[in-house]
Amino acid sequence: MISREEVEHVARLARLHLDEDALARMGSELSQIIDYVQQIGELDLAGVEPTAHAVALTNVFRKDETWEGLTQDEALSNAPNAEAGHFAVPRMG
Amino acid sequence: MSHDVYELSGVRCRELLESGEASATELVQAYLDRMRGVDGQVGAYLLTNEEAALRQAAAIDAKPAEERGPWEGVPIAVKDILATKGVETTCASRILSGYRPPYDATAIRKLNEAGLIILGKLNMDEFAMGSSTENSAFQPTRNPWDLERVPGGSSGGSAAAVAAAETPWALGTDTGGSIRQPASLCGVVGLKPTYGAVSRYGLIAFASSLDQIGPLTRTVSDAAALLGIVEGQDPLDSTSTGLREPIRLPTERDLAGRRFGVIKEFLGEAIDSGVREVFNDACKTIEVLGGVVEEVSLPSVERGIAAYYIIAPAEASSNLARFDGVRYGYRSDEGEDLLSMYTHTRSEGFGPEVKRRIMIGTYVLSAGYYEAYYGQAQRTRTLIIQDFNRTFADYDYLISPTSPSVAFKLGERTADPLAMYLSDLCTIPVNLAGLPAISLPAGFSQGLPVGLHMISPHFGEQALVDAAHALEQKFQLGARPALTEVTE
Repeated sequence: MISREEVEHVARLARLHLDEDALARMGSELSQIIDYVQQIGELDLAGVEPTAHAVALTNVFRKDETWEGLTQDEALSNAPNAEAGHFAVPRMG
Repeated sequence: MSHDVYELSGVRCRELLESGEASATELVQAYLDRMRGVDGQVGAYLLTNEEAALRQAAAIDAKPAEERGPWEGVPIAVKDILATKGVETTCASRILSGYRPPYDATAIRKLNEAGLIILGKLNMDEFAMGSSTENSAFQPTRNPWDLERVPGGSSGGSAAAVAAAETPWALGTDTGGSIRQPASLCGVVGLKPTYGAVSRYGLIAFASSLDQIGPLTRTVSDAAALLGIVEGQDPLDSTSTGLREPIRLPTERDLAGRRFGVIKEFLGEAIDSGVREVFNDACKTIEVLGGVVEEVSLPSVERGIAAYYIIAPAEASSNLARFDGVRYGYRSDEGEDLLSMYTHTRSEGFGPEVKRRIMIGTYVLSAGYYEAYYGQAQRTRTLIIQDFNRTFADYDYLISPTSPSVAFKLGERTADPLAMYLSDLCTIPVNLAGLPAISLPAGFSQGLPVGLHMISPHFGEQALVDAAHALEQKFQLGARPALTEVTE
């Protein structure tokens, strides 16, 4: 069982706020899912190499050529708030 | 001219345009009319591109025939996970509502360059997380075969739109079965290509080592044709490879000498009896066509779901960190400072399933747990790949049902997230191993479609569509969903 403190800690790491109800529900759902995936620890995998990508690729290089990227206006076009060519955000806490 | 939209595939649209029997405008109009008639019931589209589609069609019709590309003027619709320049792209999430990408996904660019006409953007589970399309932040999509039931997911809008003939074909994405399972539940063809065959540039990332774009279509030929249009190596996605050879439209009529392995681990208690019956009949049809069918065992695939529900949420929690209210999408008005703005934005912007997956991923990657979960999962993945490789030494194809059940009712499985996850047992190991696989309509149980799942070795797409085509010609399933068009 994952404790309430652990759920709060993980939510903080994930930048999520959970209210009382959501905390309790998330705690029990997370416990159930983690219990299930824990079966992975029962396998003897000593000496087995981990796979990051299923289709092996090595040395993928593109040509060293430049091309046009987004303009500043395009890059800022979806910003919730922009000022003087920058993304504007609230002050640091 | 009036067309029976059910008779139109992508290839058929091309033929009508080439012979002059239909104009691009007539085709686009036929689908817009169909959408108006049935999408109020189905809910497949999040956005329709009506004006731009008609404008593009008129421009194509004005061109001399000899200046047109082969696919120019054929309509298509795409899952709303693919970035479309200047056209709202939401991933069915509140956190991206209003987002107009300043660029096209590579797959979209290839559709545009081939002259296909994009009719609109299709519904999905939020960020492709789900198996029923009920996790869309905006609307449910209903199964055209029974409006009380789900279309599957996460590409549920794509599957339902093709099944309801609201587009000749569509693009979806598949991370753990998200093309094949909805294709199975809606009675259409769904092809998940080899990892890397199609560029992921502009595909809003869920789990980058698993995500792949692919076609949902009415026919196997269409799946081959559409894959041929969008595949290819892309400098903007360094994991992309393209296919090794251009794919041809399939013409095979028999399966002489081909060897099919039935994966024993995918035929356990979880499979409903009606699905099992259709699957057993399909095996007999394979034998009638000259194929050899034998049972095989891949013990490691039983750990596939556990490995997947570590790897996919881990990658998702990292990929979805970018949604912070700074550069695009939704920003909460709450919050005095930066950290609190992030937290409010994400808490208000993401739906429950997305939060759940972010939490699982953050948990398994957090200090002290990495090796026990993520490390073990990536090693399990190696075993699964080795099991597939070993089996493919003796068999050309591995087969199973696509989904353990036919389409279920809306709301039936939403209360139990783990039960919903477990229903992906046959499709998930394929993504972990990066293999190509197809779901082909094989029959009906309780009047609802059942799909046959066929897997082939890496870059075996040609062999896959060849065999699927031979079976499709033999099955000759003529049934259509009974939808009533609403007239205004």
